[in-house]
Amino acid sequence: MRELVVISGKGGTGKTSVVAAFAALAGGRAVLADCDVDAADLHLVLHPKVIRREKFTAGKRARIRPGHCTACGKCEELCRFEAIYFDGPGNGRVARTFRIDPIACEGCGVCAWFCAEGAIEFGPAVNGEWFVSETRCGPMVHAALGIAQENSGKLVSTVRTAARELAERRGLEMVIIDGSPGIGCPVIASLAGASLALIVTEPTLSGRHDMQRVAQLARHFGIPAMVCVNKWDLNPRAADEIESLAGRHGVPAAPRVRYDPAVTRAQIEGTSAVECAAAPCAADIRAVWARLRAAIDDAAAAAAS
Amino acid sequence: MKIAIASGKGGTGKTTVATNLAFVAARGGRTVTYLDCDVEEPNGAIFLKPQFDLDRPVAAAVPKVDADKCTGCGLCGKICQYSAIVAMDRTVLTFPELCHGCGGCWLVCPVGAIAEDSRPIGRLQTGRAGDVQFVQGLLDIGQAMSPPLIRAVKAAAPPAELTIADCPPGTSCPVIEAVRGCDYVLLVTEPTPFGLHDLKLAVATVRELHLPFGVVINRCDAGDDRTRRFCELRRVAVLAEIPDLREVAEAYSRGALVAEASGGYRAGIERLLAALQREAAP
Repeated sequence: MRELVVISGKGGTGKTSVVAAFAALAGGRAVLADCDVDAADLHLVLHPKVIRREKFTAGKRARIRPGHCTACGKCEELCRFEAIYFDGPGNGRVARTFRIDPIACEGCGVCAWFCAEGAIEFGPAVNGEWFVSETRCGPMVHAALGIAQENSGKLVSTVRTAARELAERRGLEMVIIDGSPGIGCPVIASLAGASLALIVTEPTLSGRHDMQRVAQLARHFGIPAMVCVNKWDLNPRAADEIESLAGRHGVPAAPRVRYDPAVTRAQIEGTSAVECAAAPCAADIRAVWARLRAAIDDAAAAAAS
Repeated sequence: MKIAIASGKGGTGKTTVATNLAFVAARGGRTVTYLDCDVEEPNGAIFLKPQFDLDRPVAAAVPKVDADKCTGCGLCGKICQYSAIVAMDRTVLTFPELCHGCGGCWLVCPVGAIAEDSRPIGRLQTGRAGDVQFVQGLLDIGQAMSPPLIRAVKAAAPPAELTIADCPPGTSCPVIEAVRGCDYVLLVTEPTPFGLHDLKLAVATVRELHLPFGVVINRCDAGDDRTRRFCELRRVAVLAEIPDLREVAEAYSRGALVAEASGGYRAGIERLLAALQREAAP
């Protein structure tokens, strides 16, 4: 099973538009996995028909039962996440009780464990939902993290595992993963163990800075990576610099993709750039795709030997 | 006044708006602190070009187990919700990268075999960029958890009349941590389907946090009018619309502050500041 993960470091460089185009080029031979679970957008282009939906529960939440609280303050003293406030309703014994802010709570359970009155409930929290769907470009696994919820890394792992299983069951050769920006927990969860990472960047100083950090992250986890400069013609010199810098990090350059207003037009029409009539950048994306398919075969062969 | 600049979708122009706001406000005579809370990919320094006078590591709490004292009771493994400490008979394994530093294991250990230790997760850098007081966090490569570093950035903020917190993209823990305690959230979006979809998530998130907020539509002429219609329908205040100008994109590309180069842009940022003052006044 081959897993191609598309990441960027910096947000808004075109990851999802590139993944949508790859999905169309894969023509049903790959499973799509939207692992940007806290701002998932791939479904806006692939229009999935959901065939299975699952609740995502990871982690727990603490809640103080006001009737049982004696306002001793132990919970507030022990909480490391500033999640406990002394503004809960009174009961017969005390005028005010403690209250847990469900958003600040990280679900460690320390307050519940040490509450002498047993006044704190500690139960599973529903953090989001994930889906298996059919699209015109093949099967897709995606998710929606609940509003202001945690555990996005675990939800990413859930989506990835489901995508891999689905690909195996259907005899498909590849999983294409749309990652999230940054270098933290959800990115690590989408990157670790992948066959190849494509870093999509843009010819700006920010794009260059963030590309370096995410290239270092790929190296940290031993994942072979390639860099693709999107909208390269907006600043050809910056594109050159990014590619040579990436080379020094051991990250070869994939073909570049030109700036093309048709990408936004395709998005507005709910389709991908390669399915959109007369998008000049479609040829560039096809070249990137061909290069990646070769690179991913090489990486798999290298890993096997 | 503490303003958080957030977005949902990445690449909509948070950092451009945040750095230009800080620059223009400081030039107008206000004391300004700029916080780069996007500790995974901080870019504010590219534009504000600060001189740092302090650079120190930031550590997160983790357990340290004294195997000689351990009786193998297993309570540490039971209290831990993150699988960061696992007890098998008298062998206790810790996985620091999974640890949230809640302190449960060392509080629960009946024989005092677990002590609070720390491990570095990133760096905190403070300094000045002209008249702007500048603070940024830089997460170490390979670290998964940014919230403790974001807390450190916010704790290190020098007091100012205007504090601007440049937040990470998304809607999960790092964003929540960055916007907590701010007086007002400015959501920067772009009028595309992806921008609108993620704006809706960001609006739901700030509403859940009961924070007042408004929207800036960046590159307002580059997409369609669904974002504007959404804001009207849901009574979301649009504080500014910034056109998609080549000079803005070029300045951004080479790491320059547009407000420094363009009088027209600077006037736009001044209007945004005035609107913020009206909207976010307590």
